[in-house]
Amino acid sequence: MNRGRAKAAPAGDAPARLGPRDALRVGAAGLRARPMRVFLSALGIAIGIAAMIGVVGISTSSRAQLQATLDRLGTNLLTVGPGQDFFGEDAQLPKESVGMVGRMPDVESASATAKLDDAGVYRNDHIPSGESGGISVLAARLDLPKTVGLDVAAGTWLNAGTAKYPAVVLGSAAADRLGVAAPNVQVWLGSQWFTVVGILEPNQLAPELDAAALVGWDAAASHLGFDGHPTTVYTRAREDAVAKVRDLLAATANPQAPTEVQVSRPSDALAAKNATDEAFTGLLLGLGGVALLVGGVGVANTMVISVLERRAEIGLRRSLGATRGQIRLQFLTESQLLAALGGVGGVAIGIVVTAVFAVSQGWPTVVPVWAMAGGVLATLLIGGVAGLYPAIRAARLAPTEALAAP
Amino acid sequence: MTVVELREVTKTYPGGVTALDGVSLSVGEHELVAIVGPSGSGKSTMLHLLGTLDRPSAGTVLVEGTDVSRLPDRRLSALRARRIGFVFQQFHLASGVSALDNVADGLLYGGAPLAQRRRRARRALERVGLGHRLDHRPHQLSGGEKQRVAIARAVIGEPALLLADEPTGALDSASGAGVLDLLRELSGAGTTVVLITHDRDIAALLPRQVRMRDGRIVQDDARVEAAR
Repeated sequence: MNRGRAKAAPAGDAPARLGPRDALRVGAAGLRARPMRVFLSALGIAIGIAAMIGVVGISTSSRAQLQATLDRLGTNLLTVGPGQDFFGEDAQLPKESVGMVGRMPDVESASATAKLDDAGVYRNDHIPSGESGGISVLAARLDLPKTVGLDVAAGTWLNAGTAKYPAVVLGSAAADRLGVAAPNVQVWLGSQWFTVVGILEPNQLAPELDAAALVGWDAAASHLGFDGHPTTVYTRAREDAVAKVRDLLAATANPQAPTEVQVSRPSDALAAKNATDEAFTGLLLGLGGVALLVGGVGVANTMVISVLERRAEIGLRRSLGATRGQIRLQFLTESQLLAALGGVGGVAIGIVVTAVFAVSQGWPTVVPVWAMAGGVLATLLIGGVAGLYPAIRAARLAPTEALAAP
Repeated sequence: MTVVELREVTKTYPGGVTALDGVSLSVGEHELVAIVGPSGSGKSTMLHLLGTLDRPSAGTVLVEGTDVSRLPDRRLSALRARRIGFVFQQFHLASGVSALDNVADGLLYGGAPLAQRRRRARRALERVGLGHRLDHRPHQLSGGEKQRVAIARAVIGEPALLLADEPTGALDSASGAGVLDLLRELSGAGTTVVLITHDRDIAALLPRQVRMRDGRIVQDDARVEAAR
C-alpha cells in the first residue's frame, strides 16, 4: 500500500449524507420496536388534532348546510314592516303598500300578511281566551307561498274560494300546539269555527309564519274585522338588484312617512346567527389546541425515555460511522414520525366525528382541506419541537459512554 | 505497512484515573493481534482509542498514517464508517430486524443505496457461513450465530481494521472457537484484526499477543521478536 494515498484517503473524506429515505427508515425502525408506546403517544396527539378537525369540520358543515339552505330559499327576500312614528307609537303601513311595492322595477313579486291582534285561535271553544299558545292569527294574501317560498306539508294553500270563507292554514308549530295532525278539522278562531285546509312546512326565512294561523284577506275582513293594513310586506327582488330595491322600499311602501318603515333581509339574520356560533367555535379550537399541546409533551416524554433506553444503540451507530448530526436527525425524524402518525390518525378521527355529527343533523359533511393539511403540518412542527431536546441529548452522548450502557 | 499506531499515548479520565500511561503500539497489515489483560488494565480504553471512539489526553494516534487526535468529530465518524469495523461482546444487534438488514446497516453511514447494502450484506453473511439465516431475527439465532452476524456487519464495508471487544465473552467455548476461527480466516483474507480479551487461553491462540497491566504494555511479542 502506498503511504501517501493512505494518508490522504481518510483525512480528506467527509462523512456521507444520510438520504431522506434512509433517515425515514431509521426513524421508523425505532418506532416499530415499541408499538404500544408509540400507539399511546400518538393517541395523545391524535386526540388534540381530532378535536380541532372535528370543531372545524362541524362548523364548516353547518355553514355548508346554511349555504345550501340560502341557495334553496334565496337571499333576495326582503320584508317591510311598520316601525314606530315620531312619538314612539306603533306605525301602520298604508293599505296600498303591497301594490306599490309590487309595481317597483326589479321587484319580482310582493305579498303581505297582516297581524290580527284581537283574534286568537284555540283547539275548541272551551279553552279560555288568552291561552292562545303564542299562536298569532294572520291575514294572508294568496300569493304569499310563491313570494316567501312556502311549502305545504298537508292539505292545500288557500285559494280564491276558501279565502272568503272561514278556512285557515296552520304553520307547522301552530299545528303542533293545536294538536292538528291533518287538515279538515275545525279550530275555534275569533269566536267562530274555522276549518283547517292545510298545514305548512317550517320555513327558515320566515320563522314568524311557523307559529301562525293564516286566514284569507277577505275572510279576515268579513269575519274578523280586519282593517286592510298589512303588517309585513314580503317581496322578492331580482338577485342583482337587491340592494337597490332595499334602499327604495321604505319610501315606496309608505311615501308619506318613510322613516316609519322597517326593512329587513331575513337571510342576513340567518347568516348573523351563524356568525355568533363562530365565537364558540374559536373557544373549542382553543381547547383542542391545549389537548394538542399536552400530546406534544407526551411525545417529548416518550422521546426522552427512548434516548435513555437506547444508549447502546446510539453507541453502536456512532461506531458504525454515524455523525452527531445523523444521530440528531434520527431522533428528530422519529419524533416527527411519531407525531405525524398521531396527526394522520387525528385527522381520520376528526373526519369520522364530523361525518357522524353531520349525518345525524342531516347536514352535508365538509372538512376543509386546509384544516387537514394544517393538522398534519402542525404535528410535524410539534414533533420537531418535542424531539429537539432528546435528539440533542442523544447526539451529545460520547460514543464510549453510550457503548458502556447495558 | 502500519494500519494503526499509538505513540506515547496517555489517557486520563476526569477524576484522575489514568487508564493508559504512555503506551506505544503499532499494528501492521494482515496482523491478528490479541490484547490481553485483567479488567482495569486499560485494554478497553486502548480499543476505544484505536477505533477513534475516544481521544487521547496526550500522545498521537495514527490510523493508516493519519493523525486522528485532532480530526473533527465528523471526520472521525467518516473514518469509522469506511475504515474501521467493530465487534462487541453484547453483539448490539437490532431486535426485530432480520440478520440481512442488521448487516446492511453496517454500510448505512457510508452512503451506499439500500439495494446495494442488502446485496453486499447477503455476501457478507455468506462469507461468515450464515447464508441460510438471512431472514432470521436475532432472537431466532444462537449466540455464536449472533456474533457471526455482528462480524458480518463489521466487515461488510471491507474495513482496514477490525476491532473486536471480547467477542467470545458471551459465548460457550464451542461457539467461541468458531468465532475465533472466523476472525482468523478474515485476517488471512487481508483484514487487520485487533482482539481484546481477558482470557489468556484465547490470546494464546493468536499469532501476536500484547499483555497489559495497569495501563502499560508489559509484554509485546512483536518487540520480543524485534529484539531477537
